[in-house]
Amino acid sequence: MYYVETRSIVKQYTGHLALDKVSIQVPEAKIYGLLGPNGAGKTTLIRILNQITYPDSGEVLLNGNPLKENDVYHIGYLPEERGLYKKMKVAEQALYLARLKGLSKQEAKKRLRYWFDKFNIRDWADKKLEELSKGMQQKVQFIITVLHEPKLLIFDEPFSGFDPVNTQMIKEEILNLKAQGSTILFSTHNMASVEEICDEIGLINKSKLILQGKVQDIKLSHRSGIYLVKLRLPEDPDRAKSQLEKSPFFKIESSSLDPYYWQLELSIRDGLNNNSVFKELYEHFEIVSFEEKIPTMHEIFIKSVKS
Amino acid sequence: MNKLSLIIQREYTSRVKKKSFLIMTFVMPLALILIILIPLLLSSVKDNKVRQIAVIDASGLYLPRLQNTPNYQFIPCGDSAEACKNKADYYAYLIIKRNLTEGSPIVRIYSEQQVGADLKDYVQSQLSQMASEDKIASYQIEGLEQIIRDSRVRVKTETIRWTDDGNEQKTSSEISMIIGMITAMLIYFFIFAYGGMVMNGVIEEKSNRIVEIIVSSAKPFQLMMGKIIGIALVGLTQFFLWVVVVLVLVVIGSRFGNIPLDGLSPSMPGTESSLPPGVLDGLQALSSISMGKILFWFVLYFLGGYLLYASLFAAVGGAIDNSEDAQQFTLPMTIPILFALYAGIYGASNPEGPLTIWCSFIPFTSPIVMMVRLPFGVPFWHLVLSYGLLALTFVFSTKLAAKIYRTGILMYGKKTTYKVLWQWIKPRR
Repeated sequence: MYYVETRSIVKQYTGHLALDKVSIQVPEAKIYGLLGPNGAGKTTLIRILNQITYPDSGEVLLNGNPLKENDVYHIGYLPEERGLYKKMKVAEQALYLARLKGLSKQEAKKRLRYWFDKFNIRDWADKKLEELSKGMQQKVQFIITVLHEPKLLIFDEPFSGFDPVNTQMIKEEILNLKAQGSTILFSTHNMASVEEICDEIGLINKSKLILQGKVQDIKLSHRSGIYLVKLRLPEDPDRAKSQLEKSPFFKIESSSLDPYYWQLELSIRDGLNNNSVFKELYEHFEIVSFEEKIPTMHEIFIKSVKS
Repeated sequence: MNKLSLIIQREYTSRVKKKSFLIMTFVMPLALILIILIPLLLSSVKDNKVRQIAVIDASGLYLPRLQNTPNYQFIPCGDSAEACKNKADYYAYLIIKRNLTEGSPIVRIYSEQQVGADLKDYVQSQLSQMASEDKIASYQIEGLEQIIRDSRVRVKTETIRWTDDGNEQKTSSEISMIIGMITAMLIYFFIFAYGGMVMNGVIEEKSNRIVEIIVSSAKPFQLMMGKIIGIALVGLTQFFLWVVVVLVLVVIGSRFGNIPLDGLSPSMPGTESSLPPGVLDGLQALSSISMGKILFWFVLYFLGGYLLYASLFAAVGGAIDNSEDAQQFTLPMTIPILFALYAGIYGASNPEGPLTIWCSFIPFTSPIVMMVRLPFGVPFWHLVLSYGLLALTFVFSTKLAAKIYRTGILMYGKKTTYKVLWQWIKPRR
């Protein structure tokens, strides 16, 4: 079951196509990473989901139904460019924004108390926003995003501007929200955090969706058949090395030598089993480690965007 | 509570709670009244210094008849200036060389400091009177003085308007003019001050980047209208508070000062005698102008003119990134407002002139110019036509502004030009 689905969305601005038939599927209660270089069209897509702008053609489904005006009550949005009223008191503007999202005043107050206690910022409720440190402001903004307990959360670069402690805290909160059943759309350039928390991703480049699926599946499908091998140096390294170079089972893609170890990247010839390689190696060397090289999201991102 | 009223509420309360609002509301009228009162009070403080003026009257005709005033004492001082020059420190020397009924009637006042205008005026009027009395006497005609006095006729013009029920009412062009000017100036001030407030509010939300969060909850049109309406309410609040503050101050003033407030209702018996006739006429004329009607149209025209201009100010705020860029767009808006003010000032002395009539129909100038016409009486259909045009225009300008606003608030970094604006406004293919 997909919680959010877009069907060939097209958005045209004067003189430039921002989205070209983009269809994404975001499964329910999962974290979906929306990736892509700057200017690819991510923000436009996010704005369409938030009904800030509307597509020229195509449709958006939320929980199986076409997106309608009142759905904003079930969406929480943390834009990349953070912003609140600088001269307004923290609690006052949190209440205001929560009520715009359909909460009653009493309910909003109750939930605000809970979150302020949780993030330990209760003393700041009556301060003006501009009196808070940047990290504090980010926390307030996060609380405002989740206060109305939306079923869909859209985070645009949620970790930018946080120190490592706060980053960890927000990360845990996001995982918490997922555990409680929220669906999370998460746009970022930080590939390490994608590997860490995303279940699925969609990659947009030059207005088109070029890649989508489970993180694990995408990584496996981008395997290149290269193995990382670490060997202890034998007594006569040169002879052993020339032996390996002649091997019919594999090709040496790169090698580096230090006083103790020899590190290799091998590509195995078509149709061969890893074990035959292994056998060839252990006849000449002591094997320290042997692993298949799985590309990182970073590498997949760069490769996909460049090709 | 729906979103629009939530937004109106925030826009309203956040401004009314500001210190600057309280200062504007309560200190401004006080300051204005002080500015008017202080010179009045100062001038009423009695100058009790007695200044001595040496009089050298060669003719001997006038000195005995010159009467001293509380501030000026006229002292005889020989026949020539030299005779008394170094005697005492006189304030001034009045030198009358000959009989003023013969030849050119010139006298001179010499002094070390420039003498006050009141002394000059006093001496001039006293001597003129004496000279003309002497001259009349010199004709030696019986009762001539009386004849001349009787022949002086001053014509007084009373302006009277027929009211709708056929009664007659005393009016005053001056008072109509003053009321027209005050209300026109107030509308001018409100359009600029509160239109500018709308623009700055939009710029603030855009540069704070909070606008993206709000439009993910509410429609841009709701945000724009919420701001415009909220600020309009701030303006009305301020206006009514001013009225209250001024009334309170007048009441207090009448208790402690001797301002005859009772005179404001001329029908009250027994008050007429205590007032000089000019003031009474003025008060009667004031009561002939229907203040309720003026107040009613004032509020309507304030709202109409404000809505027209505030929506345009909101569009400008949405289109630009910071207030420095505002000028290229606000200039074409300030020109008609300024023009309206000048047309209004001109119209106050010529309320039935073609410029005034036309400008009271054109929506960009009518909120200000119509205020000037109102106290003089305006045919009802003029008001209906003028306001109808204004209402149509502000509906149109609000729609136009909404188009610019909704695109502009999400655009950053690109300098907006008129060409870009047109692309936002023109209908999509």
